[in-house]
Amino acid sequence: MEFFRIRKDIPFMRHALVFNIISLITFLLAVFFLFTKGLHFSIEFTGGTLMEVSYAQAPDLQQLRKQLESDGFLDPQVQNFGSSRDVLIRVPLSKDSETSKVGERVMASLAKAGTSGTAPELKRVEFVGPQVGKELAEDGALALLLVIVGIMLYLAMRFEWRFAVSAIIANMHDVVIILGFFSFFQWEFSLPVLAAVLAVLGYSVNESVVVFDRVRETFKKKRGMTTPQVLDHAITSTISRTIITHGSTQMMVTSMLIFGGVALHYFALALTIGICFGIYSSVLVASPLVMWLGVSREQFVKPKVEKQEAVV
Amino acid sequence: MNRYPLWKNATVLIALVLGLLYTLPNFFGEAPAVQVASVKATHKVDLKLMNQVEVALKAASVVPQGVYLDLNSIRVRLADTDTQLKAKDVIEKALNPVPADAPYSVALNLVSNSPNWLTGIHALPMYLGLDLRGGVHFLLQVDMKGALTKRLDSVAADLRTLLRDKNLRHAGIARSGQVVNVQFRDTDMRDKAKQVIAGSQPDLVLTEAQTGADFTLVVTLKPQAIKAFQDDALKQNIATLNKRINELAVAEPVIQQQGADRIVVQLPGVQDVARAKDLIGRTATLEVRMVEQALVSGNDAPAGTDLVPERRRDGSTTMVAVKKLVVLTGDRFNGAQATFDENQRPAVAVQLDAAGGRIMRDVTRENLKKMMAIILIEKGKPEAISVATIQGEFGNRFQITGMFSPEETNTLAILIRSGAVAAPMDIIEERVIGPSLGAENIAKGFNSTLWGFIAISLFMMSYYLLFGAVSVFALSANLLFLVALLSLLQATLTLPGIAAIALTLGMAIDANVLINERVREELRNGSTPQAAITAGYERAWATILDSNVTTLIAGIALLIFGSGPVRGFAVVHCLGILTSIFSSVVVSRAAINLIYGSRRKLEAVSIGQIWKAGV
Repeated sequence: MEFFRIRKDIPFMRHALVFNIISLITFLLAVFFLFTKGLHFSIEFTGGTLMEVSYAQAPDLQQLRKQLESDGFLDPQVQNFGSSRDVLIRVPLSKDSETSKVGERVMASLAKAGTSGTAPELKRVEFVGPQVGKELAEDGALALLLVIVGIMLYLAMRFEWRFAVSAIIANMHDVVIILGFFSFFQWEFSLPVLAAVLAVLGYSVNESVVVFDRVRETFKKKRGMTTPQVLDHAITSTISRTIITHGSTQMMVTSMLIFGGVALHYFALALTIGICFGIYSSVLVASPLVMWLGVSREQFVKPKVEKQEAVV
Repeated sequence: MNRYPLWKNATVLIALVLGLLYTLPNFFGEAPAVQVASVKATHKVDLKLMNQVEVALKAASVVPQGVYLDLNSIRVRLADTDTQLKAKDVIEKALNPVPADAPYSVALNLVSNSPNWLTGIHALPMYLGLDLRGGVHFLLQVDMKGALTKRLDSVAADLRTLLRDKNLRHAGIARSGQVVNVQFRDTDMRDKAKQVIAGSQPDLVLTEAQTGADFTLVVTLKPQAIKAFQDDALKQNIATLNKRINELAVAEPVIQQQGADRIVVQLPGVQDVARAKDLIGRTATLEVRMVEQALVSGNDAPAGTDLVPERRRDGSTTMVAVKKLVVLTGDRFNGAQATFDENQRPAVAVQLDAAGGRIMRDVTRENLKKMMAIILIEKGKPEAISVATIQGEFGNRFQITGMFSPEETNTLAILIRSGAVAAPMDIIEERVIGPSLGAENIAKGFNSTLWGFIAISLFMMSYYLLFGAVSVFALSANLLFLVALLSLLQATLTLPGIAAIALTLGMAIDANVLINERVREELRNGSTPQAAITAGYERAWATILDSNVTTLIAGIALLIFGSGPVRGFAVVHCLGILTSIFSSVVVSRAAINLIYGSRRKLEAVSIGQIWKAGV
């Protein structure tokens, strides 16, 4: 079996401008949504109380909500997840002194609501104080910064600054687009999603690295090719590996989407978007960028030093 | 020829055997057990107690499969859950004759079922996080500012006493914020005071200031003193928490420092959050009272006294009648340490704050040669932890001596400290995971990994045939190494950790795809099979290294800045990248070499169809 029977190098670079414009539009859209809609942060970041309760019979959510409101909870979110019998309740932080007692108070309130005549079973409580959330956001930003700087330094060392810059731009574009998706659909942005985003960053840089490796090799080996031709050749000869690898990783991620349940849902979703855009960006964003930045053969092949002595 | 030198093959073989060995305990599952831990600091878990447990079990004809003693608990392994319940009852009755005042906690637990020789080489099952086994997680913030304020208050009181004793007139001592201001009428007095204070209180920084006609001495704690004080407060809080949580009969509680001023408490298997919170929030209290009568027969307290039990060194309890009037309470205590007196006998050195010292001086002056009791009140039950005769007049520093062993003085010091009020704590994060949710999470994580793995394996084998099978073998080896490492390091495995295992496997196949594609390409360009294998592996290596380093950078960033679920993810991710480099390059090459390497005339390799353009 051989999926990719490519006779000639595919002229990716001829359409570089088109791809870059498409990227730019998606990127700007993502940024637009991030600014207008913002991210739907999980309580790990915002602070508050989250509870998972399950009932023997499906409860009336409206009634639960009313009961909670009448018991003095401001703006409680009550929703089903998984099945109609499982209920997720989010209560934002209040200025009360006894924030850590919220869990018990919610359970008391739910018991009062007593829908379907059954008592709710508490499956999970998560309470996060305000100081923790702020730190998490800071740590997340620092982690992102460290990844970017670390990867750029490494690439600049192993390759050339042009590669480092374009790889990071291409992959930051992935990250922003993932965030854009989370913002547009208002999916919950939790800590595991943050982990997924950073893992994707490392992963899709590695995609660019594979292409760049080939670019360097082609520059060294083959003379007489123009820069766009070299890039086309490098992309074409790695495209089958790119698609097979990402396909394999995606198989794993799809398996997580199917079997992982609620807990891994958004994690797997972030990875899926990251993997799809990772292929696109490393092939069609990073490479044109390298080209615009003016990569050329001379940067890889050291010119031979002419001997100084001369016999006259 | 593609052959590995013997040492390389041997390395691969040894790695595989070790991997298998350390993965094994995860397959044996766990056996029911009963765990005994001490609830009261006055009761110890030792060989004597272990004997007691064994004798009790024998008497009830319960046959344990093993009785183990570790640092602070005894574990009894049992054949099944029925005998487990029976054994729990038997032990409970034997050790805690009075259920209301139980000195030991007897809890149901699980111990690894793997054979002893495996446990002997530290091959243990992976350590599951709370989200996988269910339980309660608290993050406590120690209020260092509050504790520091309290400390400065006592500094202010000390200074007041000091200046009065030295007859130095001041115009007022007050704490404002994190400094203590001592005011004087003139600089002369201030200089004298400064000398005196600097001489007796080395922990303080003294700076001079002037506002109008007032000359002020601004007193703050030295940074080192603040740090030492905070470390102490944290340690003391952790010790206190340890003691209290023992009462919950939790099998394996985790109580750890996190950062400079936080404590993580994890109680696997506990569902009763309210009770856990209640325990964590409660403070033991300490009282000093005068003894009316040391030995009381019968159960009637003489008028104006309370009867308090005192545990004697031989294990028996006697009742002590103490006066109702409380001389001092725990908040006057600054510390207690085990030490030695001038005759090199073990002693406990106790420090009180200045106000406590003054009271103590008055009381001891009037009650020479009388007995004084230090009473620890836990769970509303008082117990006299020290009953001693006052040998002289003393102030805020005194020693308790007697027929102690160093171990006993240590215990007494801990007991006194546990009653002294440490820095207050707030719960800033709380997570409760039901046991059914934990089991669900394990199943979900496991299934995701399993089906993803199967899908990748099927694809690789149908696309790359034998080379694909070798890649799958390498991927399995990777999983083996990863699980073995996690078991060996006893890193906490969480649901994000399992997700990281799955993701790492999904990413690790990249290296083998790179290699296989390179080998195909070499074949396409007309290389002989043997040359194609060599070139394929060699050329792919640089790329594999580069791409793994970038992924590792992301992993390390997560490890440094991540906390909670992210950390669990990052640990597995980083370990997985390391194992995947080894398995996908070295292990798969060893297998390929073994299959093809020694064939002299190799016409073709099984790597799937090689399509050539233009043919």
